[in-house]
Amino acid sequence: MSPLTEQQAKEYWRRNVSLMVKLMVVWFVVSFGCGILLFDVLNTIQIGGYKLGFWFAQQGSIYVFVFLIFYYARKMAALDREFGVEED
Amino acid sequence: MDLQTLSYLFVGGTFALYLGIAFWARAGSTKDFYIAGGGVHPVANGMATAADWMSAASFISMAGMISFMGYGGSVFLMGWTGGYVILAMLLAPYLRKYGKFTVPEFIGDRFYSKTARVVAVICLILCSVTYVIGQMKGVGVAFSRFLEVDYATGLLVGMVIVFFYAVLGGMKGITYTQIAQYCVLILAYTIPAIFISLQLTGNPVPQLGLGGTLTGTDTYLLDVIDRVVMDLGFKEYTTDVRLSTLNMFAYTMSLMIGTAGLPHVIIRFFTVPKVKDARSSAGWALVFIAILYTTAPAVGAMARLNLMLTIEPEPGEYLVYEERPQWFKNWETTGLLVYEDKNGNGLVEYSADPATNDMVLIDNDIMVLANPEIAQLPNWVIALVAAGGLAAALSTAAGLLLAIASAISHDLLKGMIRPDISEKQELLASRIAMAFAILGAGYLGLNPPGFAAGTVALAFGLAASSIFPALMMGIFSDRINKEGAIAGMVAGIGVTLLYVFQHKGIMFIPGTSFLGGMEPNWFFGIEPNAFGVVGAIVNFAVAFGVSRVTAAPPQSVRELVEHIRIPVGSSEAVGH
Repeated sequence: MSPLTEQQAKEYWRRNVSLMVKLMVVWFVVSFGCGILLFDVLNTIQIGGYKLGFWFAQQGSIYVFVFLIFYYARKMAALDREFGVEED
Repeated sequence: MDLQTLSYLFVGGTFALYLGIAFWARAGSTKDFYIAGGGVHPVANGMATAADWMSAASFISMAGMISFMGYGGSVFLMGWTGGYVILAMLLAPYLRKYGKFTVPEFIGDRFYSKTARVVAVICLILCSVTYVIGQMKGVGVAFSRFLEVDYATGLLVGMVIVFFYAVLGGMKGITYTQIAQYCVLILAYTIPAIFISLQLTGNPVPQLGLGGTLTGTDTYLLDVIDRVVMDLGFKEYTTDVRLSTLNMFAYTMSLMIGTAGLPHVIIRFFTVPKVKDARSSAGWALVFIAILYTTAPAVGAMARLNLMLTIEPEPGEYLVYEERPQWFKNWETTGLLVYEDKNGNGLVEYSADPATNDMVLIDNDIMVLANPEIAQLPNWVIALVAAGGLAAALSTAAGLLLAIASAISHDLLKGMIRPDISEKQELLASRIAMAFAILGAGYLGLNPPGFAAGTVALAFGLAASSIFPALMMGIFSDRINKEGAIAGMVAGIGVTLLYVFQHKGIMFIPGTSFLGGMEPNWFFGIEPNAFGVVGAIVNFAVAFGVSRVTAAPPQSVRELVEHIRIPVGSSEAVGH
């Protein structure tokens, strides 16, 4: 049996999905956006020996991916506590 | 000590370690065998997942592909890491909450259909088997080059080692061995990279060295590579787009959703104690993977530069073939490096023009393995690379074999043919299935079928077009019914297989490709390896369409969907 009322369960899921959508937008922007679609534009900027578009494609996007997962895990743990659905 | 003695020492030492772990981590129950008892710490599981995921392809081939593809190689870097974001947010926590042993089991229950479960088992076996052949080949190649035994002997030794810890320990043995294997492979990958980065740029961190300047100059390493490759007529390293922007987009997306849909990766998240752990464990997995994946572009670029500078030390001055270094000769004997003196002047003239190019073949796979030799690193580093390559291939092979064995013993035998067998009998059956899976994989490794070359296209294409959409719709929609899911999976695989086969040949048999594999016939210029995403879109569309015109799923399924969305209560669901 779920410890939540139907209303609470809906709200919990809505907030989860909305967090997920925000983070997936970042995921898309750093990889497909910066690394592929905006590659030429960003390459006009140079940081050290790296052209920025090239850096995103081969380094930056991966660092952001790692950050996104931990951020999601932390936010969801807080959401679980708020709704009292965390496991002990 | 000479290289061969050192290689035996390193490889022998790591094998002794794996066997020791096998005896320590024996499986006592089916829960131990399928999901390591469900009590693996999230960081430990992250490390095991990283070893499971990073195969011979990641360790040996990827940097080599980047070496020759430049910017175009980014599709592998982003594609094989970005999938973990999808996994952590869209799949792993919910499948962990569901708390069963295999991927087809979830599909069968969610879509209340044995047919759906069988379709999922077929997809799983198809993509795992094609994938495992490549690992067996990797084991054979690494052995034959470094221990100077023949390919078949090397393969046999590898099979015996995997047999011990996988049959004895199941997921439990595999998990703890993979942790050891991760340590071996990551040291083997980063140590040579640090050496080479220091040599070329003076910076010990390869990720920074790649953006740095060459030692003693103020020109950037990447600018030098761009100039050197363009001098010989190749495309600029840092901007060489793979075919087209759309193709790179599709390729990256296919690899990402393929990664998220590969069963041997997903089942790793069944081994952690809590839903919360499944989320963070995906993050740890990606940290451990990122250490290798952010080093790989540096390895690729630096290997390319070292290779170019060996062949053409000064602009217009080529290496004299008779004075070629030892590594050049070693790799010539393997047939992976081929020189042909086109104009008979005894020089190694390397260029992009096939009419004058003397370097007829430089296989991608050479770059990582030969890199330490090209950079003249000490022998123990080269021996370590051999042990690392074997660790990468063995750890992935074991994970795949477990996915195959559990699909056979748990989904087919226990789930359908003999539901009444006892726990003890099922454990025995799963060990027998594992033994047969190893024998089968070994046989296919010795006699690789024609389609082994198309492994990447097939495994990722199938996972992306069948398993990933089915799982995602199963979690995020309570309206998709069994008719929709089955029709979607069949349509997704159908479209993907048709596209791959019509361009690469039916089961990759040459001459049967009815569209001749020609680029002009490609759908919007998308290459067959990148087609999984199109198959996935077809799967989603068909599933939604069919579900709309057929009856809604029963109430129990709606309750199941609600149940998996909320973390609390997963401990009761474990076991059955």
